[in-house]
Amino acid sequence: MDKTPRLLLALDILAAAGMAGTIGLVFLYAPIERVMGAVQKVFYFHVASAWVGMLSFLVAAIVGVLYLLRREPILDIAGHAAVEIGLVFSIIAVLAGMTWARPVWNTWWTWDPRLTTAAIMVLVYAAYLTLRGGIDDPERQARFSAVYAIVGAVSVPLTFFSIRLFRTIHPVLFGGDTSANMSDFSTDPRMVVTFFVSLAAFSILFVALYWHRIRLGQLASRVEELKSSRED
Amino acid sequence: MGTFTRTLLAVAWKDLAAEWRSREILSATLVFSILVIFIYNFALDLEVTLQSDLAAGILWVTFVFAGTLGLNRSMSMEKDRGGLDGLLLAPVDRSAIFFGKMTANLVIMLVVAIVVVPVFSLLYTINLILPGVILVILLGSVGYTAVGTLLAAMAVQARTRDMLLPILLFPVALPLLVAAVKATAAFLSPSVTNSAVPWLNLLIAYDVIFLVIAWLVFDFVVEE
Repeated sequence: MDKTPRLLLALDILAAAGMAGTIGLVFLYAPIERVMGAVQKVFYFHVASAWVGMLSFLVAAIVGVLYLLRREPILDIAGHAAVEIGLVFSIIAVLAGMTWARPVWNTWWTWDPRLTTAAIMVLVYAAYLTLRGGIDDPERQARFSAVYAIVGAVSVPLTFFSIRLFRTIHPVLFGGDTSANMSDFSTDPRMVVTFFVSLAAFSILFVALYWHRIRLGQLASRVEELKSSRED
Repeated sequence: MGTFTRTLLAVAWKDLAAEWRSREILSATLVFSILVIFIYNFALDLEVTLQSDLAAGILWVTFVFAGTLGLNRSMSMEKDRGGLDGLLLAPVDRSAIFFGKMTANLVIMLVVAIVVVPVFSLLYTINLILPGVILVILLGSVGYTAVGTLLAAMAVQARTRDMLLPILLFPVALPLLVAAVKATAAFLSPSVTNSAVPWLNLLIAYDVIFLVIAWLVFDFVVEE
C-alpha cells in the first residue's frame, strides 16, 4: 500500500480543525435558544450526522449501480465503506435526536416520518451488512451488495413519503410551513453560521473517513490475496 | 404469444404444478396464517368485533409474515435440487424467469388470501370481502412478491439463507405495508377524512417502481 497521499493528510487536518471549530462555535459562539435552552445545541451535530448518513446511503447506491455496470472490485469496496460510515452517522443522528426530543417533545421517540425513516435506514444498512456477512464468494458478495444498496436506496424515500402522509411534528428547518410545527429555529445569524460550519466540517470528515475506509478495504483485499497465494 | 410470455407462463406453470402436487407451501402458509391470527387474538386480547384499523393491521402482518415462508421455499426449492441452474441454462430471457417465479408466488399468495380473508372475517365478525379490500390485496401482493422474489433469489444463495430473507425484505417492504394497511382501513370504514386514494396511489407507485427495479437487476442476482 502506498503512503498516505498528501491530499488525504490535508483532509485529515482540515476535518480535525473543522470538528474542533464546530465544537468551539456550538458551545462558545452560538447563543442559547430561548425556549429549548442548551439542549437545542444537539441540533448542530444531529442534522450534520443525519446529512452524512443520507449522503453515504446515496453514495452506496450510486457506487452500486457503477459496480454492476463496470465490475471493478474497488467500487464494491467503496460501496461497503459508504454503508459502514452511513450506519455510524445514522445511529449518531438518531441518538442525538432522541437526546433532544426527550426534553423538547417530552418523549424519547415519536413515530414521525423522519425518525422512522432514519431508523429504517439503519435497519436497511444493518441488513446490507448481514447480507455481506452471509456470502463467502467475494464476487457474488459484491453483486448482491450492489443490488441491495439500490433496492434500499429506492425504498427509503418511499418509506419517508408513506409515513409523511400522516401528520408530522418534526421541525422543518428551511422552507416549509413552520406554523404547523411545535417549534421553529429562530434565525439568529450566529446559529446559521454555526450550523453551516458544522455541516461543512461533517462533510469534510465524511470525505476523509470515506477515503481512509476505502484504503483500508483495499488493504484488506490485498491481505486476502496474499493469504490465498500462500495457500496455493 | 411472444417468447417472453410463453417462458413466463411455462416457469409459473412449472412452479404451480409442483405446488399442486406437493401442496407444501400452501399448507404451511395457511396453517401459519391461521396461527398468526390466533396468536394476535391472545396476545392483544382482542374483542370479538374488531375495529377496522386493527383488523387491517393484523390482516397485513399475517400476509407479510406468511409471505416470507412461501417466498423462501419457492427459491430454496430451486437451489437445493439444482433447478435454478437448469432454468438458467435455458436459452431464454432471464427476466422472463423472474416474472414466471413471481407470478407463481403471486398466485400462491392470492390463494392463501382467498382462504385467510373469509376465515378472518368469520373469527373477528368484520366483513373483509369488499371490492376495495380485494383491490388492495391484489396491489399489495404484486409489490410484495416482486421485491420478495428478487430478495429471496439472493437470500437462498447465501450461507445464512433461512434467516436472511425477512431481514432483507421487511425494511424495504415497509412503505408497501403502511400503504396497504391504511388503504384497507379506509375501505373498511369509509369517511370523508379517511380516503384510500393516496394510499392506493402509493401502492401503485411501489408496484411499478419495484417491478422495474427487479426487472433491471434480476440478471445480476442469478448470474454465473
